[in-house]
Amino acid sequence: MIRFLVRRTVFGILVLWLISVATFLLFFVAPHDPARVITGRLATPETVALVRHRLGLDQPVLTQYGHFLNGLIHGNLGYSFYNSTSVNYLIVSRLPPTVSLALGGAIIWLVTGVLIGVLSATRARSLFDRVATIFVLTGLSMPTFLLGLLLIYLLFFRLHLAGVTWFPAGGYVPLSQNPAAWAQHMVLPWITIALVTAATYTRLTRSSLLETLSEDYIRTARAKGLSERRVIYRHGLRSAMTPVVTQFGIDVGTLLGGVIVTETVFGLGGLGQLAVQSVTNQDLPVIIGIVLLAAFFIVVSNLIVDALYAVLDPRVRLS
Amino acid sequence: MSLLEVRDLEVAFHTADGTVRAVDRVSFTIDGGQTLAVVGESGSGKSVTALTLLGLNRGAEVAGTVLFDGVDLLAMDDEAMRAVRGNQIAMVFQDPLSSLHPLYRVGWQIEEAILAHRDVPRQQARARAVELLDLVGIPEPARRVDDYPHQFSGGMRQRAMIAMALALDPRLLIADEPTTALDATVQAQILDLIRRLQGELGTALIIITHDLGIVADLADDVIVMYAGRVVERADRRTLYYHPHHPYTVGLLRSVPGSVARAARLQPIPGQPPSLIRLPSGCRFHPHCEFVMDRCVDHDPPELRVLGGLHHGSACWLPGEMVGTDDDTHRRRSAYAGAHRQTLVGSGSTAVP
Repeated sequence: MIRFLVRRTVFGILVLWLISVATFLLFFVAPHDPARVITGRLATPETVALVRHRLGLDQPVLTQYGHFLNGLIHGNLGYSFYNSTSVNYLIVSRLPPTVSLALGGAIIWLVTGVLIGVLSATRARSLFDRVATIFVLTGLSMPTFLLGLLLIYLLFFRLHLAGVTWFPAGGYVPLSQNPAAWAQHMVLPWITIALVTAATYTRLTRSSLLETLSEDYIRTARAKGLSERRVIYRHGLRSAMTPVVTQFGIDVGTLLGGVIVTETVFGLGGLGQLAVQSVTNQDLPVIIGIVLLAAFFIVVSNLIVDALYAVLDPRVRLS
Repeated sequence: MSLLEVRDLEVAFHTADGTVRAVDRVSFTIDGGQTLAVVGESGSGKSVTALTLLGLNRGAEVAGTVLFDGVDLLAMDDEAMRAVRGNQIAMVFQDPLSSLHPLYRVGWQIEEAILAHRDVPRQQARARAVELLDLVGIPEPARRVDDYPHQFSGGMRQRAMIAMALALDPRLLIADEPTTALDATVQAQILDLIRRLQGELGTALIIITHDLGIVADLADDVIVMYAGRVVERADRRTLYYHPHHPYTVGLLRSVPGSVARAARLQPIPGQPPSLIRLPSGCRFHPHCEFVMDRCVDHDPPELRVLGGLHHGSACWLPGEMVGTDDDTHRRRSAYAGAHRQTLVGSGSTAVP
């Protein structure tokens, strides 16, 4: 286990380093000039050159990368080209909305997705199963922004007109400031992201559980005289959860790096929106910071999933 | 009263290709402490019959009566049936590799079976699990009780399955091809174990097998199934020495080293019939060496034959033509030949 963790950590650091190199290279290969973007269209060439020098963009790429790496090792991601704030601060300040959205949504979609999946697997080809299939197809084919706008229209706009003000249309209230308002502001974004994703989990759980329930050891469990509930949840679902857990870890890891569409629709101001801004502004330090953070979340979630795999299945040996 | 009395059991599955008549008018009885062997090839309905006794055939259409201790199991609701499963009637399955849950410890799975029916503390169930593992010959049971199934060998897993099945002292144990998936040497050990435990515990046993060697080892009575029907029933000695039905005779002649062995092994020609489109008349007639005219249109009922007490056979051949010797064989051929005129040359049935 320890060996596994050490090896995977070293491997993860290597992946992150490669990603930083790739991002750097891509940035300098692309035809653009951040200094010109910052100074604006009317600036003189001297001003542009000065800004370029101040940002260090006139130095060789390798030197720039060296500076960046040196900062990174000391935990400093540098300063935004655009507003001279530290990247660390920018990311930390934008992290809470994204984490709130990803984790809250994840819990909702995991519970609803798995529950509907179990119910439609145990009632295969029933009316419930058919309705669940419609739910899955809708969820899979519904664009996130459309669902978000629909929710805002129905649950904010129409309800407001009817005098009900349960759901705000957008914005973010920090959890530490007012937990109730935080939850209230997060409800619609959570539902949006959960509905779109739950469909995948319903499908995954249904197929995985149906496969498991035809296993011989399920027949053994029934032959022991266990209750059907125990057979399904304790014996069937226990085995069927493995692919679901894998998918869940990867999905949460991906979302923590920024949820661009949902954040934008609801104006949450999280990492996803910061990423869009920094790409538009050609703000290299922020771009790299966000890319590295997103990659970090994915590497870590994969590591957790693999470790969890060994916990869930005694046959898996980590070595 | 018999411990188990099955009368006119019928099991059908509705599939996209048609209705599969897996079990057709099957009847048998078994008394406490006795061993009944159900013999037949794959698809003869023997496993389906066993699963139906426990109500484990989901989606099947079942008719008939299954009296266990005088109570009809088929008329029971789910809750009542659950109290019987594992408790009064336990089952050991064919493949021990896939029949134990791979993610739970062996001991835990045995404890679970106990706790499903007895209101005892967990430690007591665990102590019983260790005791059972010891009983079925698992070395160091106190340690191995915490192993996962993949840490057990195939033979040990089947021992663990048997331990689980015997956990609650069931009155009837159904073993569905318990040794088929195991090595030959392990097979003998498992059979010894079953025989020893049955002797010690007085459990009635239904052993389902296609292996006539097992029948010779264990059975008191035997029923032979073909295409969902019982074609012959007898006590073990009668079945071996005085079989009547051509299918049984064929089975015995295809066993290497058996009493009925011909100069060469005699295979039974052809494949067993599709259970969706069954042959007309006797189901065995397309493969029968002694096919006669009436076999094609008339399904023979089970009739008393002269091999021994309670010896029945579903075949139109005269009841005194029992045995596997060459003389009987010639007499059967002669009789069948004399009752086959219209068929010969007509091409409607291939005579082997």
